[in-house]
Amino acid sequence: MGSLKLTSITKAFGNHEVLKGIDLVVEDGEFVIFVGPSGCGKSTLLRVIAGLEDATSGSVQIDGAEVASVPPAKRGIAMVFQSYALYPHLTVKDNMGLGLKQAGTPKDEIETRVTEASRMLSLAPYLARRPAELSGGQRQRVAIGRAIVREPKLFLFDEPLSNLDAALRVQTRLEIARLHRQLKATMIYVTHDQVEAMTLADKIVVLNAGAIEQVGSPMDLYNKPANTFVAGFIGSPQMNFIDAERLGDRQAKTIGIRPEHIALSRESGDWKGKVVHAEHLGADTILYLETEAAGLLTVRLFGEHRYGADDIVFATPDRSRLHRFDAGDKAIAAS
Amino acid sequence: MAKARTSLIRSGLIHLALISYTLIALFPVFLTLVNSFKSRNAIFRDPMAVPTPSTFSLIGYETVLAQGDFFGYFQNSLIVTVFSIALVLLFGAMAAFALSEYRFRGNLLMGLYLALGIMIPIRLGTVAILQGMVAAGLVNTLTALVLVYTAQGLPLAIFILSEFMRNVSDDLKNAGRIDGLSEYAIFFRLVLPLVRPAMATVAVFTMIPIWNDLWFPLILAPGEETKTVTLGAQMFIGQFVTNWNAVLSALSLAILPVLVLYVIFSRQLIRGITSGAVK
Repeated sequence: MGSLKLTSITKAFGNHEVLKGIDLVVEDGEFVIFVGPSGCGKSTLLRVIAGLEDATSGSVQIDGAEVASVPPAKRGIAMVFQSYALYPHLTVKDNMGLGLKQAGTPKDEIETRVTEASRMLSLAPYLARRPAELSGGQRQRVAIGRAIVREPKLFLFDEPLSNLDAALRVQTRLEIARLHRQLKATMIYVTHDQVEAMTLADKIVVLNAGAIEQVGSPMDLYNKPANTFVAGFIGSPQMNFIDAERLGDRQAKTIGIRPEHIALSRESGDWKGKVVHAEHLGADTILYLETEAAGLLTVRLFGEHRYGADDIVFATPDRSRLHRFDAGDKAIAAS
Repeated sequence: MAKARTSLIRSGLIHLALISYTLIALFPVFLTLVNSFKSRNAIFRDPMAVPTPSTFSLIGYETVLAQGDFFGYFQNSLIVTVFSIALVLLFGAMAAFALSEYRFRGNLLMGLYLALGIMIPIRLGTVAILQGMVAAGLVNTLTALVLVYTAQGLPLAIFILSEFMRNVSDDLKNAGRIDGLSEYAIFFRLVLPLVRPAMATVAVFTMIPIWNDLWFPLILAPGEETKTVTLGAQMFIGQFVTNWNAVLSALSLAILPVLVLYVIFSRQLIRGITSGAVK
């Protein structure tokens, strides 16, 4: 219950092509995250799956059934929106129950499901309130509750945490992860935040300019990015890209090395450089180096270190963690 | 100290400007009300004076209530105004929803076409409207007035409401679609309550010109049965003699219902504004 298959989905607004042939299979019970920069088409793709937008071409199958002509309410989906999108004139309870009521579910059945969902999300004390009387975090929980109550085949989340502050975001993220384990439901989640993607997903779909760049588990993407876009998008601070010629590698065009895979020493090392700026975060220290051999480098050291601006240091990359990319920005398989 | 004084001068000037504008705006109303309670001689002797026991007279009101069917005129005005507002709000909101919500060929052109009515006064078409009404057999009916006023009010209503409806969150409408609400339910139950302040604004802007209009009642419905208040008051204005007591009293009475309607809508307006702010 709850698989999804997209076959060469395209979507154009006038002459502007937003989605350029998306093929994707989501297995039952998977937590899949669409991630990409703004304007890459990830929200549009979610809307096509929900049936809120019609695809220009291609097919969407939910549980093996073509849903092109099925209205959103009959697709067996539920959606959680960035702006919560609660009905302002209804109480929390009616907000959660409206979808079932429209579908003609018996009253006591609605009652049971709403009670169950509000218990899971600890919303029981707020059932009689209106959305205006709730805090942002509570509103988003109501929106999630509204989705749970429908017992959908597919949960769709459209940047659900973007409107919450940092502390609440972490808390709600944990809640969503817990829900996924509890409900064992298929979830599709759109975000531009790679941390959310890395922490929640079974499978990440990296989108750029309307096309899929790579699909894989979070660690796959981190360890084996397929191209420079994915390599640069996943991981923070961003991967260092160095012109391969400067390092004497003639087969590759670009060499990538993550900031955390560079060792630093005051005495000796491969690349001599000067510290331009140092950020001391407690758990990590992030240094920006101007090196002769490799240009500007970001280095991430764990723990506290006493480097400051204008210090002369030597950086040594972990050779086994180098990523090599060809002229087309594609990764070259490790030999 | 200096800062406190300059701000005092500034706020004093602002208040002066506002108060003088208020006086200018209220002066004709004041004059009408005051003189409606005076005898004919007193009106002409000293129009600015407040009624005193010696000049106080209700003769104007007595004439108005005795002559002609003034309650009927009031009823006609109310029927025409209320029905016109209702139709303007209903059709205006529906058209605005379609224009702001759905992408279709000619959307922009249709919006411009509907907005054109704001710029072209409907009275330019009076002759054609009259011919049409004669052909349709609607002369001397309130229906004719309601139809004309609805047409007159729609352009502004669509213009204002479509701007407001564009600001209603897409997510909310989409949430409704996923929950299985029909497009009508989304329109009536989600969108309309959210644009209520705009509806109140449109209602006020639509109502006042309709209530005060003399042109169309005079041309389309001058019969005794269908006279509106403004037209009814005209019967006291003669070519040679004008019964000022009666005219002023009729006009004073005509202010009342429109005042009540205005208070109702403006309360809506304020409630709408605060509910948005507290959210």
